Amino acid sequence: MSMQAWKILASAAAVAFTAAAGPALAADPIKIGSFLSATGPASFLGDPEKKVLEKYVAEYNKAGGVAGRKIELVLYDDAGAADKASSFVKRLIENDKVDLIIGGSTTGTTMAAVPLVEAAGMPFVSLAGAVVIVEPVKKWVFKTPHTDRMAAEKIFADMKKKGITKYAMISENAGFGKSGHDETLKVQANYGMTLVADETYAPKDPDVTAQLTKIKNTAGVQAVINWGFGQSPAVVTKNYKQLGVAAPLYQSHGVASKDYIKLAGDASEGVRLPAAGLVVADQLPATDMQKAVCAKFQKEYQADFKAEASTFAGHAFDGLQMALAAISRAGSTDKAKVRDEIEKTSGYIGTGGTVHMSATDHMGLNLSAFHMVEIKKGDFALSD
Amino acid sequence: MSGLSRWAGLGALAIFLAALPQALPNNYYVDVAVLACFNAIICVGLNLLIGYAGQISLGHAGFFGLGAYASAVLVNSYGWPPLLALLAGAAIVGLMAFAIARPVLKLKGHYLAMATLGIGIIISIVINTEAGITGGPDGIAAGPFSIGSFKLAGERDWYWLMAGLLLATVWLATNLVDSPVGRALRALHGSEVGAEVVGVDTARYKVMVFVVSAVIASVAGSLFAHYTPQLTPTKADFFKSIELVTMVVFGGMASTFGAIVGAAFLTMLPQVLTVFEDYEPVILGGIMMGTMIFMPKGLVPTIAALFNRRRP
Repeated sequence: MSMQAWKILASAAAVAFTAAAGPALAADPIKIGSFLSATGPASFLGDPEKKVLEKYVAEYNKAGGVAGRKIELVLYDDAGAADKASSFVKRLIENDKVDLIIGGSTTGTTMAAVPLVEAAGMPFVSLAGAVVIVEPVKKWVFKTPHTDRMAAEKIFADMKKKGITKYAMISENAGFGKSGHDETLKVQANYGMTLVADETYAPKDPDVTAQLTKIKNTAGVQAVINWGFGQSPAVVTKNYKQLGVAAPLYQSHGVASKDYIKLAGDASEGVRLPAAGLVVADQLPATDMQKAVCAKFQKEYQADFKAEASTFAGHAFDGLQMALAAISRAGSTDKAKVRDEIEKTSGYIGTGGTVHMSATDHMGLNLSAFHMVEIKKGDFALSD
Repeated sequence: MSGLSRWAGLGALAIFLAALPQALPNNYYVDVAVLACFNAIICVGLNLLIGYAGQISLGHAGFFGLGAYASAVLVNSYGWPPLLALLAGAAIVGLMAFAIARPVLKLKGHYLAMATLGIGIIISIVINTEAGITGGPDGIAAGPFSIGSFKLAGERDWYWLMAGLLLATVWLATNLVDSPVGRALRALHGSEVGAEVVGVDTARYKVMVFVVSAVIASVAGSLFAHYTPQLTPTKADFFKSIELVTMVVFGGMASTFGAIVGAAFLTMLPQVLTVFEDYEPVILGGIMMGTMIFMPKGLVPTIAALFNRRRP
């Protein structure tokens, strides 16, 4: 294609975009960029995140915007591919000249963006889970979801209460599962736990009976932890039930959505997991500060999308709220000021917990953000 | 293609590539141009196999991925210098392609497609599941490309490297096509039996062109591993293989410049179509179908034929 044609296409694209954004936008809006895995294998993360960002940006604009300025959302779908994510991040930084980026549904896409936002000095709120995103602390990178390490600690605390000291682990060999596995090993000593069987599987494996049989035949297993995302935990849960393993099964916060219960069916009865307040909003005691926030968000989400809001939807909500609050406090979209204000976020009560960020903690959540829940009669029931 | 028009084409491409950065307003556009160069290099190599020798490969992303991961793993985990890792990757892929070429290229048509598809998928599965080495679906970072103390940084530096490499690849490909080897390949494309009757060692040429195209993909892969901040297995999967074949067919088979146009066009299209959001795949599919229905020979050969017909 000739240069001319490329230029025409590019300007056509620009025109089409402006038209889509609507004529109501006043001059100089706050530009929020986003790249999410709205389609592809990680769409169970990206799709609710996209819905939430679009919904609440529209609502902020209806209410007059932030600091007197409207908000413009520039959102791209990376389909879960890290190389696409890196292209889109370059596009957001260089071409769309956004003021801040909220996005990165998976750890892979987030890590593809990290060197780019660091080099450009672009405030970035990630929606992915792994600890590596904020440890070591990166100047411009923040994240809203709980880490896998916190989930492991919460599970161990629960096990300790039940007098369990020997456990087995079955985890996805990649991504969230692998990271969770490694973090579990790092914190087990703090709770006096011993790993007696360690099995892995690939995220798309349709059956893990072989691995579970090995665990079942290992002497002394008092509990089993499964680290996985999407469909695989449901497969593990079903196989677990079929084999009739007696030890209690712990899942991670990665399955804290109704879809997991639907996929695993009856086999999920009695499974315990750490989860954010959002999934048990109506069961929280009235004294819990999160109750009102979670219930309101859950109600608004359900009214619009006719489905229960997953914790992932909540992560996007928290990210947007904190970012806009920071812009509002900074009084401008100056990137360094906005970054400083995000870092000063303190006492923000979101769907994921109460956030206290600092120069050494770019997530700002502690163990109190998690609740232990048990699946009873096809629903999550608060159990701590 | 005569010798003269070959140099004219190469010259035109060189001038175009040299002038292009002036017209690109920011690094995002340069990034897209760099990605187009990557795809174009692989497609020029793949086109030798598909367009000239008439052998299909649905597993080329596997070779690209293998080169990329060889570089990423050797540099990241073993501390090799990037250039050495690139050469090692190319050697591994070359040997592997050589080993599998003979049995695989005995197959024809659908069977050849299935065999190459299988190879590509196996490579992709290994990369995905050997998470201890490759990082699994989360990927791995190879770091910047450096030779000695010289570090390649920034999209524009990369652009010049890749544009230069694209020119070199085109020079190599057109040279090959115009040589006795190229004539043998085309004879083989026309009729394998016929080619054998006139004394062409078809098996040898098929293996050779298969290895050449695999090594080109591997070198591009090695460099890509350094270009992308995070290398993930999606770059080695089946869909990437299909994308590469589509680029070659779209641009026009048996046309080196067609492969470049196809690669550039299909790299840019998804970026341009993002404005249509959810309708993007539909529109992309529509454009592809339209081109295949109305220009079955591909973009460049059809337009070239039209141009020649108009001329008295």
